[in-house]
Formats: sequence, structure tokens, C-alpha cells
Amino acid sequence: MRHATQILTAAALGLIAVAIASQAQSSTLDAVKKRGDLRCGVNIGLAGFSAPDDKGEWTGLDVDFCRAVASAIFKDPTKVKFVPLSAKERFTALQSGEIDLLSRNTTWTMSRGTQQGLAFVGVTYYDGQGFLVKKSLDLKSVAQLAGASICMQTGTTNELNVADYFRTRSLTYNPVVFEKNEEAVSAFNLGRCDAYTTDASGLYAQRIKLADPSAYVVLSEIISKEPLGPAVRQGDDQWANLVQWTLFAWLNAEGLGVTQENVDEKINSGNPEIRRLLGTEGEYGLGIGLDNDWAYQIVKNVGNYGQSFERNVGKGSRLNIARDQNKLWKDGGLHYAPPIR
Amino acid sequence: MANTRNGSPQETQSFAWLYDPRTRGILLQIALLVGVAAFFIEIGLNTAANLNAQNIATGFGFLDRTAGFDISQTLVPYKSTSTYGQVFWVGLTNTLLVAVIGIVLASVLGFVIGLARLSSNWMVARLGTVYVEIIRNVPLLLQLLAWYFTLLIVLPSPDAALELPLGIGVTNRGVYLPAPVWQPGLGAVLITALAGIAGAVAIGIWAKRKRIATGEQVPAFWYGLALIVMPALVVFLALGAPISFEYPTPGRFNLDGGIVLLPELIALLLGLTLYTAAFIAEIVRSGIEAVPRGQKEAAAALGLHPWQVQRLVVIPQAMRVIIPPLTNQYLNLTKNSSLAVAIGYPDLVSVFAGTVLNQTNQAVEVILITMGVYLAISLLTALLMNWFNARMALVER
Repeated sequence: MRHATQILTAAALGLIAVAIASQAQSSTLDAVKKRGDLRCGVNIGLAGFSAPDDKGEWTGLDVDFCRAVASAIFKDPTKVKFVPLSAKERFTALQSGEIDLLSRNTTWTMSRGTQQGLAFVGVTYYDGQGFLVKKSLDLKSVAQLAGASICMQTGTTNELNVADYFRTRSLTYNPVVFEKNEEAVSAFNLGRCDAYTTDASGLYAQRIKLADPSAYVVLSEIISKEPLGPAVRQGDDQWANLVQWTLFAWLNAEGLGVTQENVDEKINSGNPEIRRLLGTEGEYGLGIGLDNDWAYQIVKNVGNYGQSFERNVGKGSRLNIARDQNKLWKDGGLHYAPPIR
Repeated sequence: MANTRNGSPQETQSFAWLYDPRTRGILLQIALLVGVAAFFIEIGLNTAANLNAQNIATGFGFLDRTAGFDISQTLVPYKSTSTYGQVFWVGLTNTLLVAVIGIVLASVLGFVIGLARLSSNWMVARLGTVYVEIIRNVPLLLQLLAWYFTLLIVLPSPDAALELPLGIGVTNRGVYLPAPVWQPGLGAVLITALAGIAGAVAIGIWAKRKRIATGEQVPAFWYGLALIVMPALVVFLALGAPISFEYPTPGRFNLDGGIVLLPELIALLLGLTLYTAAFIAEIVRSGIEAVPRGQKEAAAALGLHPWQVQRLVVIPQAMRVIIPPLTNQYLNLTKNSSLAVAIGYPDLVSVFAGTVLNQTNQAVEVILITMGVYLAISLLTALLMNWFNARMALVER
């Protein structure tokens, strides 16, 4: 019996190792099709990006992207199983195969893309780190926060950016770091910190949850580049291509004026670009292992990028964030998707 | 002889060792060891190969890389340009700080409440019962969050800091204590105090020998205390009090200077201490109740004072019952301190198995190190307590 216990202990110790070791090398697309749903890692609760609504349905820009991928594969946006993850858990969940796709307001950085086995496929939201402070402090810049206590979430690029910002200016600050965003915001709300920092989009999302949102302001100074985008595991190029072109099709649909409402008319359009997008011309689904109407399904079920943006974080939402750098390139923004041809 | 029963004598001779239970036992042990080792090596190689195939960095080289983030409480020198290896030490010392202070406080409080539950005073005994039943039946994580957010609500903001005597400032950013500043000459005071401690130990030994030999009681404790305090105090005053204090002063956002006890630390200590004390109280109560009534009656019949009955007869016997389960509680407290991550206290799990893991993403290495540390702390605690238990065990004469 004692030996049995020893072996059990050994097995327990090896659990994490096994979780990674047993990670299948086979095609992710085949596995997803066989399972019948897409497992998508999302934020536990970030208004506008991924949060359950009052009916318990997941909504948000990141959530819409999961639905777009599911639409492309299954022609059905409901075939997604959402896996809520904290900032700390997200990469391990992807590496271990628990999720197929990470769409969780995650910043694309070099180390994440090269040392952690992740492949970022593009950018769904161009963000930057900002600070939320009490209006009564009357601050103009982040540097005036020298000596202040700052609440933030662990396992984020935010933690590193703040350290860099204050270090380069030889200023000091007191970090107060929480595992979950809710606790960081609660502590800030109760006066533990003078400032709360995260990506600017998150600041707007959190501000509407505070007791008195009008007593707080978001500082106009942005201290970092935070390109947020979906990521997949390295080593499965077909899957990475599928997810990447889902994003590009989403953006291209907006550029070509194809919307959820007019997609059935546009399918008869004479414009070759639209015809290639919607699969009436060419065999573009073939290369990513899907039917040729893959992009039609995305737009039909989820709408184009601009529609999803306005619905979740823009004018149609409580966040009311201006599109600014998240406009398409031709409107003066940063989103520029390669052509489908 | 058993081995002559089957087969020819030659055959029996050449294979006799196979039938020897001792040899066979050893062989089985070796086979098992090889099996377990092969299992681990296979897991190790397989993990390494798969991590490599997935392009995930492996190895312990990350410990020398720059961490790049700041930590709110550091007992060892640390700044954001320090390495991940230094983050480990920061986390470890923060965990040990909470564990050691928590164990001391929980033991004291647990003993007091355990004795209170046995009190002949109806009110005191009932209060003890209510405390134990409420505290041990509410999940610790909820208690920690409740303490933390209560502290943040109750304590004043820095611009309305509560000023206590001795220059102590209380805010919801922490309790600020004056920091002692070492002045030349303080070393002499410390050396005198150390010499005093050595003298006190010598007096204790001498007093014990004398008591065993003659039965005469010597108040060794008070002599020892005087020997430690008096000479040190004389040297301290003679050198003109070679110590100064740095007092916390109001800054732009927080109080500046002094020693800060973060609200996260206070909430964590409160939660862990109160929770573990409830369990220790029950252990103490059961230990004392396990001492036969006859022992107390016999001690009273010998004319011992009720306090002497407790101190010299009841508690030493109760300790035999108390120590083994007490060790469990100490281990639990240490391991429970990893809940610190929920309320933003930078313990080992929070900064090392949290932030470092997330930045390097070397989950296997980081989790192995962290598990190894908790295992080592727990084994060390168990070892100390076993030694203490052996000392306290009933010596049969």
C-alpha cells in the first residue's frame, strides 16, 4: 500500500507535466470539427470585450471574434464554448490545449510571440495603457502620480509599463497588485489607491462600474502601445491561417461595405473583391480547410468588424468609445487587412 | 531445511538466493525504484520534447533575467531591474514573514481561547464557544476578503491620517511606524544584550540543577531578565542613547518615510491568525480535558496553588496530546498564506508562481520550484515540532 501511495504522489507531481506533454500534435481544425464546438478563452468580465449580459449570454468584441471563427467553421455562431480566464491563467490554458483560441484582450508582445509558444494572428483593438484618477486630485500627467499608490492586475503588460515609466523618470510609486481585476477595482473604489491603471478601453469599462463615475477622470496621457489580438498555439499553420483570415475577412467586409443586413444582396454584387470575399468567385475556403462561403457566414452571423465595434464598445454601447485609431486605414485608422485574392 | 524439499541439491544451491525472502524483497524494491525513476524520466523527457516542439522556452535560465516590475513589500533589496531569482527571494521572505508572525499570534490567541472555553465562568466559556464555531465554519478566503475590505473602509484616507502617540500614523494605505535609525555605538548595546542572554541561560541551568539537587526554588526568570535588560540599558544611556527615529511625514499622496505595515499584510495576518486560532483552541481544550481528573486532584492535595496545578501538572501532560495536531495547524497556516494573492499581498505564490510564471510562461519550472519550497517549509516545521514533541513526551521514571 505504501508503494501505491508513492506512485500516486509521483503521478500527482507529474500532472502539470502531463497536461503539457499529452498536448496532441494533430490538426486543431480536425479536433474542433470532431468535438462540434470551438473552445474560446475570454476575459472573466470586461464590459465591451467579453462579459455575460443580463440574460447570461456572452457579449463583446472579443466574444464576437470567437463567434466569427465558429461561424466560419460550423456556419453557426452558437457553437462556441466560452472559457473565462484570468490574466494569469490565459497562456497556460492555450498551451495545454484547454482552449483552441485565445481572444481575451491580450497584448501582442515579442516574448509572448516568440518564447511562450503563442502565435498572434493580428490586432482586433489598438489600445494603450491609461490611468483612472479622482477628479479632485486635479492631475494633468501621469508623472504627477510620483509617490502615489497605484492599483493594477498581475500578469499584465501594465505592471511592466508602469515600472518602466517611473524608472525612466527616476520617480517612485507604490504598486498594489491583485490577481483579479474585480478586486483591484474594488480596492481602488475604497480608496486603497490614488490611481487605477489598465488599458484605456478597460478604464472606460471599469469606470461605469464605480460608485460615482463622474468623480473620476481618465488621464489623457497614454504610456504604452497595447495592440490587443487573438492568439493560437504555434505549430499548426492551417489553424493560425484560419483564425487570421477570419479577422481579415471581418475587416475587409467593413472596407467593402458588406454588412450583416446587406450581405444577401451583396452576394450578387458585380464587384470582384466582394465576390471573392463571399465565395461566389474563387476557391479561397480551400486553403484553410473550409467551404467557400466561410466569410459570408461570418458577416451573416456576426456582422463586419465596424458593426461589432459600434455595438459593443462604440456608439451603440454604454462605453461610447470613439473609434479613433481603430478606424480602417482609409478612414485614418490603423486597421489594414491584406486582400483576399 | 526448507530448500531441500524441492528439486535436486545442485539446483537448490544455484537458485537458493531467489527463494530467500530478504533478497527477493531487495530485488522487488530495486525493480520498483527503477520503475518509478523510469516513469519520471519519461515524463521529464516527454515534457521537454513537447515544450520544445511548441516553441516554449525551458530550463532555469530565466532566473537570471530582469524582472521589470515592482513589488509593494520587499524585505530583501529589490527594484524593478532585479532578476526573477530575486523576485523568488522577495516572495519567499514575504511568505515566511506571514507564516512566522501568524504562527506566534495564532498560538497565543488559540491557547487563551482554549482555556477560556474551559473556564468556570459561564460567560467566558460561551464567548469562547461562539468564537470557535463562527470562525472555523466560514471559508478563510471570504474572511480574508472581509477583513481586507473592512480595513479599507474603516481606516481613514491619508489626508485624514489618524495620528497615534509615538509618531504612529494610521491610514487605509497602511500603518506607518517610526523607523529606527542605527547610530554609531548601538553595536555595543547589542553585544551587551547578547552577553546578558548568555548569562541568563547560564543562570537558568544553574537554577535547575540546584532545584533538582536541593529542591530550593530560585526565581531564575527574573534574575535572567534583569541580567539581559540592566547592563544593556546602562550601556545604552552611557553612550547617550545612540539611536534615532525617522518619523512618517505627510507627502503628496501618502505618508512618506518610516516602516509601513501594508493593509494587505494586516488583513492577511488578522484572517490567518483568527482562523487558525479557532482550531488551536479546540486542540488545546481537548488536550487539557485529556488529562485525568485524578492528576489535578492529586496536585491540589499536595497543596499546589491552582495556577501551579495548571502550569506544573496539567499543561505538561496536555502538551503531549496537543503538539501533534498543533503541528498540522502550523502547516495549514503556512500553506493557507498562499491565499494572499486574492488581497494583493506579494507572497511567493503571488509574485513568483503568479507574475513570474505569467511573464516567462515557464509553468513547469516555476510550479516545481514553488511546490518544492512549500514542501521544504512544511517538512522543516514538522521536523522542529517532532523534536519539540520528543522533548515534551512523558518521561517514564
